[in-house]
Amino acid sequence: MGVGIKVENLNAWFGKHQALHGINMDILPNHATAIIGPSGCGKSTFVRCLNRMHETNPDARAEGKVQVKDMNIYGEGVAPVDVRRRIGMVFQKPNPFPSMSIYDNVAAGLKLNGFRNRKKLDEIVEKSLRSSALWDEVKDDLKKKSGASLSGGQQQRLCIARALAVEPDVLLMDEPASALDPISTSKIEDLIFELKENYTVVIVTHNMQQAARVAEFTAFFLLGKLIEFDKTEKIFTTPTDKRTEDYITGRFG
Amino acid sequence: MSVAQPQQPMGSALNPVGEHLRVVPRRSSVVSRFADFSFQGLVWLSAACVLAIVAFILMQLIKGSSLSLHQFGWKFFTGSDWDPVNGNFGSVPFVYGTLVSSLVALVIAVPLSLGVAIFITEMCPRSLRGILSYLTELLAAIPSVIYGMWAIFVLIPLLRRYIGPALAKTFGWTGLFTGPIYGGGMLTAGIILAIMLVPIISSITREVLTAVPHQQREAALALGATRWEMIRVGVLRNARAGIFGAIILGLGRALGETMAVTMVIGNRPKITKSLFAPAYTMASVIANEFSEATDDLYLSSLIEIGLALFIVTIIVNILAQFLIWSVTRGTPRRANV
Amino acid sequence: MSEATPQIQWHRRVADKLATALAVICVLLVILPLAAVFIYLVIRGVGSLNLAFFTHIPSGSPGEPGGGMANAIIGSVVILLIGSVIGVPLGVGSGIYLSEYSRGQFGKVVRFTADVLNGVPSIVIGIAVYGLLVLRQKHFSALAGGVALGIMMIPTITRSTEEMLRLVPNSIREAALGLGIPQWRSTLSITLRTAMSGVITGVMLAFARVSGETAPLLFTALGNSYWSTKLNQPIAALPLQIYVYALSPYDEWHRLAWAGALVLIVIIVATSASVRWVASRGFAGGAQ
Repeated sequence: MGVGIKVENLNAWFGKHQALHGINMDILPNHATAIIGPSGCGKSTFVRCLNRMHETNPDARAEGKVQVKDMNIYGEGVAPVDVRRRIGMVFQKPNPFPSMSIYDNVAAGLKLNGFRNRKKLDEIVEKSLRSSALWDEVKDDLKKKSGASLSGGQQQRLCIARALAVEPDVLLMDEPASALDPISTSKIEDLIFELKENYTVVIVTHNMQQAARVAEFTAFFLLGKLIEFDKTEKIFTTPTDKRTEDYITGRFG
Repeated sequence: MSVAQPQQPMGSALNPVGEHLRVVPRRSSVVSRFADFSFQGLVWLSAACVLAIVAFILMQLIKGSSLSLHQFGWKFFTGSDWDPVNGNFGSVPFVYGTLVSSLVALVIAVPLSLGVAIFITEMCPRSLRGILSYLTELLAAIPSVIYGMWAIFVLIPLLRRYIGPALAKTFGWTGLFTGPIYGGGMLTAGIILAIMLVPIISSITREVLTAVPHQQREAALALGATRWEMIRVGVLRNARAGIFGAIILGLGRALGETMAVTMVIGNRPKITKSLFAPAYTMASVIANEFSEATDDLYLSSLIEIGLALFIVTIIVNILAQFLIWSVTRGTPRRANV
Repeated sequence: MSEATPQIQWHRRVADKLATALAVICVLLVILPLAAVFIYLVIRGVGSLNLAFFTHIPSGSPGEPGGGMANAIIGSVVILLIGSVIGVPLGVGSGIYLSEYSRGQFGKVVRFTADVLNGVPSIVIGIAVYGLLVLRQKHFSALAGGVALGIMMIPTITRSTEEMLRLVPNSIREAALGLGIPQWRSTLSITLRTAMSGVITGVMLAFARVSGETAPLLFTALGNSYWSTKLNQPIAALPLQIYVYALSPYDEWHRLAWAGALVLIVIIVATSASVRWVASRGFAGGAQ
């Protein structure tokens, strides 16, 4: 089961430039939450702050409180590595490890964290590939084919399987379908629908239809600020804020 | 600013711990931090080793040559008498031999290298390009000692019998090609050095030429330039500094080259104008006499020659790197995908 | 309108043709010595190669027929192994540092110093190692020879490792970090593994380069006419033996020198050919 995320007064910087200003947000477990907004509004930065990936950029830092279950991920003594193991991430462009087979790609997160039980590993790889709806397409050459030999859409589902294999509580997705063709995109969207049953999903998207299709909640970001956060239906039909309305109706961005 | 919050309260949604199986072993973050820290320390240490090695080489050279530095001072580089028996050491003949043999090598190698580089990057059909660059790289792969041996058994007889007499006949008046032709000597060393320099100079020149932006070529062609004019105006002019750098880098290699030169230069510490005459270089005198140097002053003098060689090649290399960098710096390094 | 079509003046066309012709001549002049060296080497070398060359040590007295370079071949292997044990980890390690960890001045200084070290004449490295090991231990040794070659391998491996790691897209590093894999683990098992074929190429090039080195061995390994694989004793090496024999006045030794040179060049060319093969397999190299 997924867990909720409680974000309190989150600020983030690139060098001297402040990219996020005091974000407060309650993300519900086992739902999909979409983050929308024009380019450069901080939506990617925001999700990268949720598993401490933001600070891996040179000169980048973040401050605030992000409560996931019993842990404030910005709390003292919390190792980013532990955070990222609990909060998985799928990136904009599919990025399977090119030097590894499909199997090794899925198992990478476990193996490289010291997990050695081979039987268990086989089980988890199969389960993850099934959850990412890739199993039937690759089960025959799991160890023969390199992850890079798959099509773009398959690669992205492989990356999702890789993220699921470490059994995270939350799955962050940073525009997971923007580099894919329409058919692959719809497969990913179906997948998100299924993943919600077991995971909390936060998805950044620049595609408002996509947000409307997959997410129960939608947050609208502008210039590093959270402008509005509500049920998706409400955001797209009767937004409270004028700026949200302008964006939804295509007046800017 | 109005931030509408969803209705459901946060607390009740939190899952109890351990609802699904945790397969990832939770190593304490202290352990993983220590591992990260040690790995970073380890690679930092390897990098620091590079600095330490160069510093160490310099230190060893200074320490080893201190005796000679004290004894002779600057006279070491003005005296031309190399007399181990009486303990009198001046390095001028070696410096002269090193400079002149390198110069001869450059005179031969530079036009050839530029020709090859221009041909490979600008003129040759695509299918030939790979083979030609591989062949020139192969030239670089042949060890110095094999070049030296080839020169002894093939080049020297050729020089003595055909090339030498012909040169004496046509260019004898310059004074550079006079006297008996032993075969081994400054000219032979220069030729063999030139063969060894061509792959170095031409491969860097190629790199530099490739770094010249394509628009420069197209601009020249669009003005109706012939291919040669395009190369001259669009390419060579923009790559001048880099090509100069390649030449300087070749010079650096020539100054320090040891084996092939030692085997053919004749090893006589005398300054002679004729290129047919035997000579001696800084590197060769170290190679030949180092393990035979019996007394401390002798050894120290040889190490001082090494020190001079070290400093000169470093200056030459720094200059070359700077010049090459000034042309190629625009080329991207990290692929951000 | 006149009939004047834009004609390139004749002298410009001649210059164009002349330049092309000159460039072709340059290429031929460069290929010529290469061909000459190889042909001569093969003719003289093949004629002199026999089984004894690989199984025997040099015959007792100078110039006497028979004998081989078995000890020199083994000696080279020993020295090169020592060199690799020193050069590969240090080179790869500092390459990793430069590509993955260095931010700021220190990295720049190291990169620059590696280039400087690459330009230091090999004989000077011989002097430094002589001061470090030979002078202290009071005798020439295989170890000293290996250290000298190891030092020479470092800059080549450092720079090629750095370049190859930089070719690995950042998205791969992010994927690893996003899985909660510790950085050292992801650097070794993912970034380095992705760049492995390129890193191996650099290592092999460095290996090929030092395997023919003679100057730094002159007063470190010194050479040896007898069997020895002891690390603290002088040891024979193929290039050293070629050097001594080539300069000797005996035909029999010249013959052995040619055979030795052929063996050496075959090793080097085979290494550089396999380098091309490894490099051409590219990133997929590590895939099962």
